[in-house]
Amino acid sequence: MLSIKNLHASVADKPILKGLTLEVPAGEVHAIMGPNGAGKSTLSYVLTGRQGYEVTEGSATLNGEDLLALEANERAAKGVFLSFQYPLEIPGVPALTFIRTAMNAQRKARGEDEIAAPAFLKLARETAASLKIDFEMLKRSLNVGFSGGEKKRMEIFQMAMLSPRFLILDETDSGLDIDALKIVSAGVNAMRSPERGMLVITHYQRLLDYIKPDRVHVLSAGRIVASGGPELAHELEAEGYDKYVQVAA
Amino acid sequence: MSLSTALKTGDVALLPSRRDENWRWTDLRALIRELPASAAAESVSDVGPFAAIGGEEQVWVNGHARDASQITVEAGEVVTAQVRFISTRPSGNTARLGVRVRPGGRLVLLESYEAPADAAISAVDLDIEVQDGGRMERIVLAADQAQSITVSTAEVTLGAGAVYAQTLLTTGARRQRVETRVAHPGAGTSVRLDGAYLLADQRHADLTTIVTHGGVDGTTSQMTKGVVRDQGRGVFQGRIVVEPGADRTDARMGHHALILSDRAEVDAKPELLIFADDVQCAHGNTVGALDEEAIFYAMQRGMSVDQARAMLTTAFVGEVIDRIEHDGAREIARDWVTRQLDGAGE
Repeated sequence: MLSIKNLHASVADKPILKGLTLEVPAGEVHAIMGPNGAGKSTLSYVLTGRQGYEVTEGSATLNGEDLLALEANERAAKGVFLSFQYPLEIPGVPALTFIRTAMNAQRKARGEDEIAAPAFLKLARETAASLKIDFEMLKRSLNVGFSGGEKKRMEIFQMAMLSPRFLILDETDSGLDIDALKIVSAGVNAMRSPERGMLVITHYQRLLDYIKPDRVHVLSAGRIVASGGPELAHELEAEGYDKYVQVAA
Repeated sequence: MSLSTALKTGDVALLPSRRDENWRWTDLRALIRELPASAAAESVSDVGPFAAIGGEEQVWVNGHARDASQITVEAGEVVTAQVRFISTRPSGNTARLGVRVRPGGRLVLLESYEAPADAAISAVDLDIEVQDGGRMERIVLAADQAQSITVSTAEVTLGAGAVYAQTLLTTGARRQRVETRVAHPGAGTSVRLDGAYLLADQRHADLTTIVTHGGVDGTTSQMTKGVVRDQGRGVFQGRIVVEPGADRTDARMGHHALILSDRAEVDAKPELLIFADDVQCAHGNTVGALDEEAIFYAMQRGMSVDQARAMLTTAFVGEVIDRIEHDGAREIARDWVTRQLDGAGE
């Protein structure tokens, strides 16, 4: 599924990722943990094609297709979805309009027909109900005036609507209280499937109690410095990142 | 000094120039070497942008009034009127329209500037009076030729308890000024002055407003938005004067512009001149680029960069459109704006 080899990337000529290698097979959930400044968010932006993130070496492919050569929207159409750490507010664009425009753009890019309005609304109603989102909220400008928890729930709603092949969750637990965390995690877990891979980026182990990873990787100073099973997350929670920071240095 | 006086006399020395502070961003004297002669009236076959709404229609072609040049709404009457100022020839022309809404009357004025074929120099003067308790909503669509030079000036006089609302939408011209001067009596009268300019290529538009609050208890709300690309140039001059004794005035002015290219320009001069003590006045003015983070967010969901920009730009202008009260006019305005923003490309 997702295959990253020796990835080097810079922001404003400053190297952030320095030879990152990672394989996430279909059907698995991998967690990336690491201290602040390790390059966690940079990895999510490099994979999704944000401007200003320059790849200087290495490769990233999804099912063998080169992601790095594609525009951000082309990667989205291939099925790469990023749940943002800080979802944007889009004044004047109702959430439903935003998602429908995005969905149809993806469909068009894949050579599929646009979704019909009744089918779209039915899907939206069902998905909103499963995430305990008030349908009326979807008629309001996307994320404008929403709380941190509501914004994260909207990210998961968009994810469920767009049904991507590969999910990247960037610090999805930040700003969530325990109830919101449970709802969001249930939404993510509902998307686990043998065809789908997930990369869960987080600073804390807490999220991984709800979204159980198959593998945990420690990212420090732009490289994966340790990998293990779910127990690695507990070890990090108990002992901190200090020894990995030293390893990387 | 004004364009209409210059056109009537043929004297270019009477054109407004940069030496006049109010015209420094819309210099006509330096632009116009010679004033063209007027052209004859012609019949026009096509319909105006508000045709679907219906109502009475008054048409000026090359400055010649086909119908009466006065609209009067009697007390208690409800009227929808379309006025179309059309230039069909490269010529100089002037037109004048008087509008009177008597006490308690209601008028929706749908005004369009159309230049289907050739560019012209035109000056339009409107004298608008809304008497006590009257209501008027004016919606202006200015679709000029790129080489046109147009000045439209409205003098608005309001009675006690009147409601006056206007929305100006323009794609600019070689030089274009739409000016509104409002004599605001206070006295529970409410004024809304909105506008949007959508400029591409080398087009210019100048939205100038002067509101003078002369009495207590008046409200004014203004929202102007601009989208400027290529080498377009937008000008916003908004002045609100609160005269001595015009207490409890509530006046709010907002002007926000998006600049979508390095060579586009926006000049803004919001002014609040307050000579009364007990007032609530505020203005906000921003000029900036589209939010790159928001563009990436939309692209990450699958939209192309052009689609993302068009969506964000349309939403930005949408705030002005949403404030149009007349349902039919609002949707026509929305379609028009969407077409302009989609068609302009990147």
